[in-house]
Amino acid sequence: MNIFDILGPVMVGPSSSHTAGAVRIGYIAHKLLQDELANAEIYLHGSFATTGAGHGTDRALIAGLLGMKPDDIRIPDSFQIAREQGVTFSFDTKNIKDAHPNTALLLLTGKSGRTLEVQAASIGGGRIMIQKLDGIDVNFSSEKPTLIVHNLDQPGHVAEVTSMLSHKSVNIATMQLYRDKRGGYAVMVLETDQPIPQEAIAWLAHLEGIIKVTYFNSEEEA
Amino acid sequence: MAYASLAEIIDYTKEHNILFWEAVLEDDMAERKVTKEASFHQMKATWDAIRHACSHYEPKRRSSSGLVGGQGAQMEEYCRARTPLCGSFVGKVMTQALKMGESNACMKRIVAAPTAGACGVLPAALVPYYEERKEDEARILEAMYVSAGIGQVIAVRASISGAAGGCQAEIGSASAMAAGALTYLEGGNAAQICHASAMALKNLLGLVCDPVAGLVEIPCVKRNVIGAVNALSAADMALAGIESRIPPDQVIDAMKEVGDKLDASLRETGMGGLAATPAGIEIMDKLHHKTR
Repeated sequence: MNIFDILGPVMVGPSSSHTAGAVRIGYIAHKLLQDELANAEIYLHGSFATTGAGHGTDRALIAGLLGMKPDDIRIPDSFQIAREQGVTFSFDTKNIKDAHPNTALLLLTGKSGRTLEVQAASIGGGRIMIQKLDGIDVNFSSEKPTLIVHNLDQPGHVAEVTSMLSHKSVNIATMQLYRDKRGGYAVMVLETDQPIPQEAIAWLAHLEGIIKVTYFNSEEEA
Repeated sequence: MAYASLAEIIDYTKEHNILFWEAVLEDDMAERKVTKEASFHQMKATWDAIRHACSHYEPKRRSSSGLVGGQGAQMEEYCRARTPLCGSFVGKVMTQALKMGESNACMKRIVAAPTAGACGVLPAALVPYYEERKEDEARILEAMYVSAGIGQVIAVRASISGAAGGCQAEIGSASAMAAGALTYLEGGNAAQICHASAMALKNLLGLVCDPVAGLVEIPCVKRNVIGAVNALSAADMALAGIESRIPPDQVIDAMKEVGDKLDASLRETGMGGLAATPAGIEIMDKLHHKTR
């Protein structure tokens, strides 16, 4: 926690968890979709469901999905802006098992047909945790450069990724591995201390057995 | 690495013969690996955002529940019509605290300090001071480092979240931060800064987080006023040479202990205190009816 977590963030009120955190969830989900948003089906759980409307959580999520950041003064008008851009959306409440009290589940469809399911929690002070992508546990904060690799569960893919990072002098801060079953579908989530060069990510995406590579660096846009 | 105690900051200032705010600045430079200029640049941007929020108050705006808004303007009008009991400077402080708390509730852009619910306390202390005393902007930025350093220690040792520690962790922490900043501006030394923070925090110890309908509206907006006024009085006591008999770091630890002992209904769940009064429940029922 640095001093600008204490004096900050600069944000649209009223709540760092229910408003600023919700914008950030939408914003990161929009980055992860890697497509312009066409439709969002959103489910609110726990405190998001009970006090979300009064905190503008719904408008905050849509604002983030449209690419707005937590300090964007257009957040209160996001529904109107979404309609103007032809983006459709719906809200409902849902009890998600074992989820953090401030959790949202977003089912997104992009204009070119890409789909993504994101489950994320607002964990306080505007900070968030992306918990699941397409139903698979991921658990990353989105505060550091983050690389998400979907691959077949075969020997060697972790080595490919880590040796590429080593070659580019990128230090790994955290690394998590998940798979649905042995030999099935696997996901690697890496947070790094340095940004990863674009060409290295493109190289990775073309390797055999690698299904999808997603990378984002929220610091780059600050 | 953030300082783990206020005593550690004081020791560091003595060891290196520097001021309190410089110790916080050095820590920021080390922590974020930035230059002095870059750190100051960001602090200036934070100050600019605070001033922008102050000058863009909209008296006609109402919160989503419709229950908050316009009272900053009401207080301002009262202070114009007569001299408030607290005097004209404190009148301005109270006005500013209300305005910022309302702006937050009404989905306007604010600076969380340390939280959104408590965002009015530090600006209410600093902005009228800056305007009335014609204070140098650079010194205001230095005072902001002081407040950030105090807030950081509180966050590390205790908590700055109402859900974890009650309102004492939000308005109490903001008040401690503001008290330290004002003490610095008035020429207090590092020890006085810490005693001012400690006294501000002590005097709000036990304050519960009981928002009506779970919203950052009632009583949050008005508690920004007590946070700011309490900061002024704590700073004055410290400047008079009065010390907290309980060492500042131990006061912070006591705040944590009290927070841990608070019942869950008094920690931002909207289930106890003012939220559980008949009037509070009536408001909540009306709102739920409205959103359905």
